[in-house]
Amino acid sequence: MSTMNSIRDTFFEECEDLLADLSDGFAAMQSGTHDSETVNAVFRAVHSIKGGAGAFQLTDLVAFAHRFETVLDELRANRLALVPELLFTLLRSADHLSVLIEAARGETSVDNQVTAGFVAALDLWLDDKNSAERAIAPEETFSFAPVVLDFPDLGIDVPQNSPEPVADTHSYEIEFWPKSSLFANGHEPAFLFDGLAQMGRIQAKIDLSNLPEWDQFDPSIPFIGWKIVLETAASPAEIKSVFEFVEGLCDLRITLQDVSASPAPPAEEIAQAVPVPAAAPAPIAAAVSSAPITPSAPVSAAAKPVAAAADTHAPKPTLRVDLDRVDRLINAVGELIINQAMIAQRVAELPVTTDSEVVTYVEDYRLLARDIQEAVMAIRAQPVKPLFQRMSRIVREAADATGKSAQLLAFGEEIEVDKTVIERLADPLTHMIRNAVDHGLETPEDRKRAGKDPCGIIKLSAAHRSGRVIITIKDDGAGLNRPRILKIAKDKGLIPADAELADADIDSLLFMPGFSTASKVSNLSGRGVGLDVVRTAVTALGGRVAISSTPGFGTEFTISLPLTLAVMDGMIVSVNGQTMVAPISSILETIRPSPSELHSVGAHAKFLSIGDKFIPIVDVAESLGLNRGRQENQTPLLLLVESENQSQCALIVDEVHDQRQVVIKGLEHNFRSVAGVSAATVLGNGHIALILDLDAIAFQRTGNQDQPAELGLLAKGI
Amino acid sequence: MTETNPKTNLVTEFVTFFSGGQCFSIEISQVREIRRWGPFTSVPHSPTGVLGVMNLRGSVIPIYDLAARLGLAVTPENPRNVIVVVIHGEQTLGLLVESVSEIMSVSADRIQSTPEMRADAGQNPIAGLINTDTGMTQVIDLAAVVRPRGMAAS
Repeated sequence: MSTMNSIRDTFFEECEDLLADLSDGFAAMQSGTHDSETVNAVFRAVHSIKGGAGAFQLTDLVAFAHRFETVLDELRANRLALVPELLFTLLRSADHLSVLIEAARGETSVDNQVTAGFVAALDLWLDDKNSAERAIAPEETFSFAPVVLDFPDLGIDVPQNSPEPVADTHSYEIEFWPKSSLFANGHEPAFLFDGLAQMGRIQAKIDLSNLPEWDQFDPSIPFIGWKIVLETAASPAEIKSVFEFVEGLCDLRITLQDVSASPAPPAEEIAQAVPVPAAAPAPIAAAVSSAPITPSAPVSAAAKPVAAAADTHAPKPTLRVDLDRVDRLINAVGELIINQAMIAQRVAELPVTTDSEVVTYVEDYRLLARDIQEAVMAIRAQPVKPLFQRMSRIVREAADATGKSAQLLAFGEEIEVDKTVIERLADPLTHMIRNAVDHGLETPEDRKRAGKDPCGIIKLSAAHRSGRVIITIKDDGAGLNRPRILKIAKDKGLIPADAELADADIDSLLFMPGFSTASKVSNLSGRGVGLDVVRTAVTALGGRVAISSTPGFGTEFTISLPLTLAVMDGMIVSVNGQTMVAPISSILETIRPSPSELHSVGAHAKFLSIGDKFIPIVDVAESLGLNRGRQENQTPLLLLVESENQSQCALIVDEVHDQRQVVIKGLEHNFRSVAGVSAATVLGNGHIALILDLDAIAFQRTGNQDQPAELGLLAKGI
Repeated sequence: MTETNPKTNLVTEFVTFFSGGQCFSIEISQVREIRRWGPFTSVPHSPTGVLGVMNLRGSVIPIYDLAARLGLAVTPENPRNVIVVVIHGEQTLGLLVESVSEIMSVSADRIQSTPEMRADAGQNPIAGLINTDTGMTQVIDLAAVVRPRGMAAS
């Protein structure tokens, strides 16, 4: 049972890959950069899903995949033209296919009515071409019944099955020499020929020229080759794809011949020409286990260049590893980094000169540890592509539900981020994408009136910027309605009625809990748990989210995330005698201001002037509720930090010691989250230092503040 | 003593220790290790009786002053204090106590339920009492020790 389950798991994992292929293919079709191979790849993906699903008796999935595949087959055979409406149907069908797969995986069921709707949409295309009866013809049944091989029949069947040669057919000569490994792996040349026969008219001749003398005959080595002449409209790449699964297991040469050179042979000639190879593989299969396998040297040497060239197209070998194992490795590497820091600190305390051997070795150790750590982190890193592909589905669903027309353009899909970040980003991103369609984009009529393309565009992009990943979601809608946002915030009592806010501050109001501008609650968004949930989720990942908007031209959300959740570059500071770590990513600079640059406003508020700007000063120790014993007249050391919405704040610390990479240890697991503290780390001396959440401290979100969060925003506006 | 009926007299082992001048005990399966007193890092906005966090071979674990948590006097700083590292569900945490005395085997029928003395018995951190040769020991209910209770904030 567990074996079956693991096969089942493998099937669903493969489905994910296949769905990704499907999305890739459709993306190419959407952008018009597709070729016949793209259509084939899409067809194969659906076909493979259908085949796998059949093995697990997932009847709903099989039935739907079959219908889907039928339409794709029509497209593949050029009996259907790829018009935008068809592409739309296909895209929605692909979405539904993934819904069905998810349902099958979770062993839930999908409403049959919904499936029926999609089937009807697909059938429409088959009816149009009046080819429904051909499509529904039972081409395959998926079962584990053994396939009966009947070779002489193959020769006769071939001309009947193959479509009539079209004008632009080419004649290819295919030389095919199976190696013993081909038979050892259970492949069967007859199936390959069958595959070729579906592409056009084939004529196969056996080549016995390599057959040795009887006394030298080794039954474990296949000496038989085939010369196949194939007349087809298919490209060489398509022909090669038939041999995809035996790549490296045979010597293959495909050469283009002149069409006129090979007239179609009569059927009986083919029947003669196709030999009965069953006699050869059978003893081989039996002999493989005992007899040593020696490759037939002359043949493989002759055809090697082809095989080598084919290898470069093969996907990179990958390894599926249990995540727990990777995490164990990452933990161990974290310990290694701490251990390295401890040793480095001890060595630094030794009475040795900086050019002594031990110092050099410790430096090497540091570099090695860092290399290992980067390599291990790379294991967890994954491209954002699958996440982005899901989002294009969300856009389509959201557009359908709101009666708008929208398209997602994705950029930087190859950018890699920690797996956990990707997983935990899915929900907030989905929410933001839906928001962009629901609230960001106008209706097609409004868009036309504004002189825009009725189809709205949502740009989703990922990029690296200074050790962080920046994800932006940009719509080309109407932009934020600031007066309305301000009014709602005042109506809901989120800000004082007489508050005067700068544009950026108004935009930030969207992130406040309980703020939702949707006047009517749609089934997409507007449940009042809006962007504040997004912000919370992103903050939990050590990220920041910011918003900017240009009236009439759209709104842009920017999410900035750390590359990894495990380490970061930190500045070692002391606050009230306690060693703490400030994330370097949020520090702009450290400042020791002159007294003339410090200004007191009222009883408590203090500001730092830089140029003509006034920047609020926050005492870290005070904010954390620590006892402050510092003399008031002493000039403080300030860390200038910038929040995600470009507002600045200066934080008072006692001393800045060092910059180093620290391993992040969460506080929540064994304890609880602490306001103003994002995590902890272990220092070189084995002590624990808290990692400060500078944004929370700077912008008064430490929880023990009496003043509401808006005051931070207001103060900044001065 | 060793001849016990496994059905009614399951023998459990307890680690006993002193805190705030009283004797407490924790079932041995919940105790991971006992450590010498070491440096810890204080954490802002901590609830009463939470001293801070310390490094346990790379893990960050909170240290609770058991006596303070139970409403007794704060444990005075003393290099002879020890930390009992315990496991509560998924959490690992340290209890600061004055000293650890012994490991004792107790059959289930010797554990008496705590007499209810106060109205807030639902939050009683003492799960039971055990009579010993030298007096009595109180069995700690870790959930009640960890639960946010009587905190200054919230």
